[in-house]
Amino acid sequence: MTADISTIDPTLVGTTATRAERGRSRVPWRFLGGRVLFYAFTAWAAITINFFIPRLMKGDAVTAYMAQARGQIQPEAEKALRLMFGLDTSTSLWDQYLNYWGMLFRGDLGISISSGMAPVGDVIASALPWTLGLVGTATVLSFLVGTVLGAVIGWRRGGRLDVLIPITTFLGTVPYFWLGLIFIAVFSTLLGWFPAGHAYELGVEPGWNIDFISQVVSHAALPAITIVIASIGGWVLGMRNMMLTVLDEDYITVAQAKGLPDRRVLWRYAARNAVLPQIQSFALALGFIVGGTLVMEMVFSYPGIGLLLLNATNAKDYALMQGIFLVLVLAVLIANVLADIAYAILDPRVRETEA
Amino acid sequence: MTTLEFSHVTKIYNVRGSGQLKALDDVSFTLRSHQTIGLVGQSGSGKSTIAKILTQLEVPTHGEVRLDGAPIPRRGAGLRSYRQKLRMVFQDPFASLNPSHTIRHHIERPLRLDHVVGRQDVDAEVRRLLERVRLEPDAVMERRPHELSGGQRQRVAIARALASRPALLVADEPVSMLDVSIRLGVLNLLADLQREEGLGVLYITHDLATARHFSDEIIVLNQGRVVERGPADDVILRPRDPYTRELRAASPDPEEFFRNRTTQTSGGAR
Amino acid sequence: MTTPATATLLMTPAPTPPRKTFLRQLRASLAMFANAKSAAGLIILGIFILVAIFAPLIAPYDPTAQNLTETLEPPSWRHLLGTTHIGEDVFSQIVYGTRGVLVVGFLATIMATVVAILVGVTAGYLRGWKSESLSALSNVFLVLPALPLMIIIASQFQDPPLVLIAAVLGLTGWAWGARVLRAQTMSLRNRDFVQAARANGEPLYRIILVEMLPNLMAIIASSFVGTMTAAVLGLTTLAFIGVIPVSNLNWGTILFWAQQNSAFPDYWWWYVPAGLCIALLGVALALINFGIDEYVNPRLRSAGERARALRKKGMKAHSAVTAVRTGGEDTP
Repeated sequence: MTADISTIDPTLVGTTATRAERGRSRVPWRFLGGRVLFYAFTAWAAITINFFIPRLMKGDAVTAYMAQARGQIQPEAEKALRLMFGLDTSTSLWDQYLNYWGMLFRGDLGISISSGMAPVGDVIASALPWTLGLVGTATVLSFLVGTVLGAVIGWRRGGRLDVLIPITTFLGTVPYFWLGLIFIAVFSTLLGWFPAGHAYELGVEPGWNIDFISQVVSHAALPAITIVIASIGGWVLGMRNMMLTVLDEDYITVAQAKGLPDRRVLWRYAARNAVLPQIQSFALALGFIVGGTLVMEMVFSYPGIGLLLLNATNAKDYALMQGIFLVLVLAVLIANVLADIAYAILDPRVRETEA
Repeated sequence: MTTLEFSHVTKIYNVRGSGQLKALDDVSFTLRSHQTIGLVGQSGSGKSTIAKILTQLEVPTHGEVRLDGAPIPRRGAGLRSYRQKLRMVFQDPFASLNPSHTIRHHIERPLRLDHVVGRQDVDAEVRRLLERVRLEPDAVMERRPHELSGGQRQRVAIARALASRPALLVADEPVSMLDVSIRLGVLNLLADLQREEGLGVLYITHDLATARHFSDEIIVLNQGRVVERGPADDVILRPRDPYTRELRAASPDPEEFFRNRTTQTSGGAR
Repeated sequence: MTTPATATLLMTPAPTPPRKTFLRQLRASLAMFANAKSAAGLIILGIFILVAIFAPLIAPYDPTAQNLTETLEPPSWRHLLGTTHIGEDVFSQIVYGTRGVLVVGFLATIMATVVAILVGVTAGYLRGWKSESLSALSNVFLVLPALPLMIIIASQFQDPPLVLIAAVLGLTGWAWGARVLRAQTMSLRNRDFVQAARANGEPLYRIILVEMLPNLMAIIASSFVGTMTAAVLGLTTLAFIGVIPVSNLNWGTILFWAQQNSAFPDYWWWYVPAGLCIALLGVALALINFGIDEYVNPRLRSAGERARALRKKGMKAHSAVTAVRTGGEDTP
């Protein structure tokens, strides 16, 4: 009893697929859906942590707060603050929790005593773009340069470029803020190449003109360069290790045996597969990058979220601190979602398991 | 005399995303002491699932397994007593031993767990077991698995299985990952042990030739269902089911090869 | 039935294997630290530990002793690393600061690693929703940005004791190790020897402690080292920002004072050594981790060496075609 050969589609032999999927890149909804669900859970956890932290404090936070504000808060604001810090003994814990969520949905994050009683949301909104610009550019640059460098080093396996690995790793162990301080001392105070701090010259009106933009760029250069140099080591090392693993695979040998030029094998075959775990670790490293950028802003007096957090910490402005934490968590989560989407698009295995 | 009844067992796995997989479909057989059953089938036929159910690493979806008439308890002293009576030899000699521990540790554990001998006799018993599987105890006991060859490791695995003095042995493709030249040695060892200890052995394999060599009865499994069973010679030499015939046709028979050659060289005269 | 010759005779009659002395077992279990990189890292770490232990003997002055006649002096024989704005000896501060860094660093790392092992190995061994929820828990802590969380928690306390600081650092550091351990435990769990142990009726605690844990030691060591690096960086950063009270002297506090008192850029002796120490400790830990990595993944170790050896013989490491060697060259 032999099977009728003519009815067997040779491309389907050995698979359980009923139709061969060719070409189209399908969106793996279930994978993304699972990730979004997880991030929603994380956001909930962060908000709940934020809710509970002031309640761990000994003593009445609001009274101390009020004393610091020197009587500039209205009674309604005081009640709102009590709600936010959970010291309103007239309502139960659960009600306070629900009220907290209500406040959040209305965009009300409280009043910032260290910023002239302005609403926390507004204060953060004015500082956020600076941080996003700095973090965004620096991270993308560091990732790209580091990954390319790591790919080349991995390809050459023991060439002269290998010496870059211990150098970049050493630079990575140096604390961000210290590197920033040294760079200011050297490149700004001593050599005068870059300005020492802030996002633009004091007293200048922000506007969309060439003068302002060039100031922004020159002021952002040193902090960005510091972040890039400090973080590049991780990308280089990770990419190089993945390249070594990938280059041992048989399909690389097949590609070379087919006669493909080295450059094509390096970039279209090896690097493309080695970069996938990098994207995953990119999402994880985000939290770390955010931390580093915050400190960088403190060092360079860059008017972003980091500087805001520093001032809030020193002034014990709890409302602002909590608001910043929430905004940061949300930003990190959104970035993670984007990274997951990128990963899902790039890795065909994720797409195909949904088939 | 111990009897194991595998009775109308069906096993269904829920696979995330693509529904259900029926690994076994109404499989039944009986394994007794002093008897070897060969369970034959290709990859994916459900052989390993049977092994997992027998060692209580999986539970049947329908049907049950009975030892001496009583169903297998799920926990407690009854389960331990069952485990002591039925032991398994795994397929992969490289993975079935813990790389961090010595051979002595591997054989001592079942002895201690089941209190087979008194504490002062454990060392002597380990040596005795190693000698039974024809390994030199002093050379092997303090070594770690990666220092031994595949054949030696499989012998250690057999010794470990025999430690608790079981009545029944499940051998899940015990030689398929060994070099061809040493397979016969290990199989013969198993046959000798089976005879000397009066074990009931379930020999799981995809290799018809060794199944015939080694077993009294053969059961053929295809996609989770029993398609044929009977005395070994009957099933191999006079297969009735079309799948069994395909299996037989697929395995090379050296005698046939030489028969064909001699007819050719003698000019086609038959 | 002939006895198979392979099993017994081909085994060279080895002399009885060396006795399992404690020293020998210790050396075997420390094999992952045997290569050059690990050794270098361990030596540097050891020096720091010694400095921390013998700080009172090494430091010439009390770190907070003020001397207003010798402020902001550059390094000299009296003050090896110069003085601060109120005459404190920077060298003594660095020496005593080592204590602060190492004590809190080790404490935080031990806490984080214990939690990571508990959560990670359990999550790896269990199946189903229990495993998934533990994994979700560790992922939450991975995604949350560590520094802001630490700042918020630490700033709630007026004068937190050492243990509390360590706990805060550990809280943000355990998740990575848990994730790695869970993955490794899951792959171990499916290995045959674990199945064999389960089939033999080994109790659960023995399966985890005796069978699986020894195979996880390399990962745990690597995770420990990595977590310590993060803890040290986190501690010094928090101290630099000023969130941790200055009563806990560490290298970050030195930088905090330097920053507060406009030490930049002129008084380099005040701020350069502290940062260098942090970097050096980080390098030592990274070296130890490299060493463990190479022990676990031999591909990394030999890739560079092989390529260099090939290049010496005139062949490129990544060429696909094996070069045909003409006569006159040495055979390998």
